[in-house]
Amino acid sequence: MSLLTPDSGLLFWMLISFGIVVFVLAKFGFPVILKMVEERKAYIEESLFMAEKARTELDKVKVESERIIENARNEHLEIINEASRLRDLLINDAKTKAAGEADKIIENARVQIQSEKEEAIRDIRRQVAGLSVDIAEKVLRSKLAEKDEQLNMINRLLDEINISKS
Amino acid sequence: MSGKLKIFLLLLSAFILTFHQVRASDAVAAGKEEPLNVREFILEHISDSYEWHITTIGDKLVSIPLPVIVYSKISGWHVFMSSEFHGGHAHEGLFIAREGEYKGKIVELDTAGKEIKPFDISITKNVFSLLFSSVLLIIIIMSVARSYKKEGFAPKKGFVAAMEMFIISVNDDIIKPCIGKDYKRYAPYLLTVFFFIFINNLLGLIPLFPGGANVTGNIAITFILALCTFFIVNLSGSKEYWKEILWPEVPLWLKLPVPLMPAIELVGIFTKPFALMIRLFANMLAGHSIILGLTALIFVTVSMGQAMNISMTVVSVVFSVFIGLVELLVAYIQAYIFTMLSAVFIGLARVEPHRKH
Repeated sequence: MSLLTPDSGLLFWMLISFGIVVFVLAKFGFPVILKMVEERKAYIEESLFMAEKARTELDKVKVESERIIENARNEHLEIINEASRLRDLLINDAKTKAAGEADKIIENARVQIQSEKEEAIRDIRRQVAGLSVDIAEKVLRSKLAEKDEQLNMINRLLDEINISKS
Repeated sequence: MSGKLKIFLLLLSAFILTFHQVRASDAVAAGKEEPLNVREFILEHISDSYEWHITTIGDKLVSIPLPVIVYSKISGWHVFMSSEFHGGHAHEGLFIAREGEYKGKIVELDTAGKEIKPFDISITKNVFSLLFSSVLLIIIIMSVARSYKKEGFAPKKGFVAAMEMFIISVNDDIIKPCIGKDYKRYAPYLLTVFFFIFINNLLGLIPLFPGGANVTGNIAITFILALCTFFIVNLSGSKEYWKEILWPEVPLWLKLPVPLMPAIELVGIFTKPFALMIRLFANMLAGHSIILGLTALIFVTVSMGQAMNISMTVVSVVFSVFIGLVELLVAYIQAYIFTMLSAVFIGLARVEPHRKH
């Protein structure tokens, strides 16, 4: 039966057309499509992977930033505490120093005043002694202007010496 | 039964009735028509022809003439349109044999008056349909590929997306698991085979020009397809594949004085593609025959009275619709099976040596 015997014309055309179809599609058609789909698949996978990575990275950064903020807050508190401690210390120090200085100045002043006072007293004494000698001289001179008096005086002095001797 | 369906059936039967009466009056007008030879009717439609017969109105033949290309050893090359043969005329010493060995083929008479067949590469109905579907397939796939070349791998829409899904499903569900490692080398060929068979099957289901030809139900077509698979399978055969054929691991008496197993395996090389060829051919041929047989039912029952004819017409239409849907499924399944088995054979030919436990 003719149904089961391949016809030569049809074989010929089938060989040509199927050959061309296979050549064109297997070279320029399907590989392009398959390659692109493959590339898209790879791209999606990579994107997902990158997104996952970015997410974990972000989480890490978040934790890190929180840690940094916490640290900064602690440091801030510490610095403030330290500053107030230092301030107190400085003030106290200044106070004691100032007090000591003042005491010293007062003491110096007192010593100086004392020495000045003594000097003044000594001076006054010296002047008083000179003055009294001068006055005594003048008094004696005026009293011993006459001869009698001079003699009286000498006698009295002699008496006095005698009496004290005896 | 829903109202819509009722109306549909009513219209259908009204249509069939009118059609029937027209036919009946035709028959009356033409006098006693010779009864339809169903076997001839079906064979004529599923086999090749030199022109594309569309219909016959009265005595007038409506057909599309196709070019005849013939090389005769006696008279050289002949190229003319098949309309020259109308009415059984001979043209340039060539004519279509009415009976005998070359029935329906172009023949010429040699000097002894015997019919001989010249070298015939005419663009017949099947060849035309084959060329048409090949061009269509190339246009479709290349347009999809071009869209990828132009726009890169960005997601596609519409037709290209649908084709992509189709191609990827064939690639991932048939080719990849059946061949296994290194499937990428064979994927383009197998995809081409799949879509080639599928588009030809589909075109065969469309009853109007340029569809309706029985391309994949022709043994020449399936022969070439199976031949390609045969060569690819055996050319990609690994050492282990040939060893399993020529010196399989069976008891020695099966191989030695009489090489029983090697002989069986050698026959197996040829039976595998042979089965591919016959399976596709027979399935598509059967599908076309069933639809034609159901259609012929209408004309056969004309002589059995009106009631019988009307009822059988309804049955025929309903069954034709059903078989048409089945054929749609078969169009896919046969393409699927051919591709899958080709992939399996390639996978088997690339077998790796068994690991020693």
